[in-house]
Amino acid sequence: MPVAELCGVTKRYGAVEALRGVDLAIAPGELVALLGPNGAGKTTAVRILLGLSAPTSGEARVFGCHPASHQARVRRGALLQVGKVPETLKVREHIELFSSYYEKPLPLAETISAAGLAGLENRLFGALSGGQRQRVLFALAICGNPDLLFLDEPTVGLDVESRRALWRRIRGFVARGGSILLTTHHLEEADALAHRIAVINQGRIVAEGTPADIKAQTQTSGLEDAFLAIMRENGSPLEEVIQ
Amino acid sequence: MRRVYWMEVKTEFLKMARMKQYSVSTIAFPLMFYVFFGLVMAASLPGGVSMSRYLLATYGAFSVMGATLYAFGVGVAVERGLGWLEVKRASPMPPAAYFVAKAAVALAFSGIVITLLFAVGAIFGGVRMPAAQWLAMGAALVVGGIPFAAIGLAIGSFAGPNSAPATVNMLYLPMAFCGGLWIPIEVLPKGLQQAAPFLPSYHLGQIALAIQQVPVQGTIAGHAGALAAFGLICAGVAWIGQNRDREKMYG
Repeated sequence: MPVAELCGVTKRYGAVEALRGVDLAIAPGELVALLGPNGAGKTTAVRILLGLSAPTSGEARVFGCHPASHQARVRRGALLQVGKVPETLKVREHIELFSSYYEKPLPLAETISAAGLAGLENRLFGALSGGQRQRVLFALAICGNPDLLFLDEPTVGLDVESRRALWRRIRGFVARGGSILLTTHHLEEADALAHRIAVINQGRIVAEGTPADIKAQTQTSGLEDAFLAIMRENGSPLEEVIQ
Repeated sequence: MRRVYWMEVKTEFLKMARMKQYSVSTIAFPLMFYVFFGLVMAASLPGGVSMSRYLLATYGAFSVMGATLYAFGVGVAVERGLGWLEVKRASPMPPAAYFVAKAAVALAFSGIVITLLFAVGAIFGGVRMPAAQWLAMGAALVVGGIPFAAIGLAIGSFAGPNSAPATVNMLYLPMAFCGGLWIPIEVLPKGLQQAAPFLPSYHLGQIALAIQQVPVQGTIAGHAGALAAFGLICAGVAWIGQNRDREKMYG
């Protein structure tokens, strides 16, 4: 049974169709990357799987339950794009609060070390650098010892070093048996991390497979060329894709 | 389960106490105004009530309004508008814990500022009352903050993160003045006096004054009923806003 799935999900916001009949499933232990340009519907898919938004039609399930149900929520963690995190709380206080939401959270020390926050426990969030802030959000996502993680553009705005460090932590989570749905518009990131890539454009999944499959499918050598080929086939003007 | 609520309240309190623009202004402004208008410009009102006594009740109401309107109006608008509320909603946090914690902290700050205000009134303003009366007035003011929490939540559910502080001030300060919290309602122009019953601030002030045994218009029960009605209407508006919000964002 997949740990999370979208079955024929369509989402309309007024006249805008953010998702059009999307099918997507994440198997236990699998890291799936949802790859697509900005505005393709990646965040909408994640919000539906988190129960923050309801599909217009179709169905979403997490561990076989409704995405907003308590059973689903205690077994997953999420790192979302957030404009502002309360800055007057210490790293430790943020983590302790989120840990208290779960029945069997990781011990504080373990969360701190898994997120690479040792030595920063008593620092106020507002005093952290961009990379450190993202590590705190990662800590909040994993502190409940979840089986499934949602990472929505987790490395946007990070420098190379911080991005590579976060990749190591993401791989560590999968190595311990966790499943992940990751959204990204970095091809390199999807290629480096994912077992399987689903390419999304204008609300539709336009290609799906292992990074190697995707390259083979379009008879291109690099993933970037494959991506551009897929986008072109699906009627996106090239300039838009390159942006 | 109870632990989650306790952790949420504790963390919210630490967060707000360290946020100087909230904690310092919530406590300092009412005290400062009371010292200026209640003590420095002390005068007697018709009927022999001293200004320090009268304004102790109305600045008490002013303090409670500030503590709750800012905590909810600005707090919720910022956390909702900039995505933090989404992160909490995606987590297993019991949905009510967020609002319970905000309310508990607003009431705690109301209690702190009222205690300080009463101390200043008793020590420097010579206000004397039996202990039961002090307690009754303090309790009425703190509990009377609940409808303002609903008003703040209604603002916080619609206002944008940048415009929320201005929106709160635009309601809070005129409401305080026109409700007779800064200067006694009897001194205000006739037109304003007639409009005052449409303001929740007026009703909370009148309740505190009645407990002080200053002659007031209407009964405590009547004013409490009016406050409850304001609270319920705003809670309904907030509920609509919170639901609308969920379906609005996309990307």
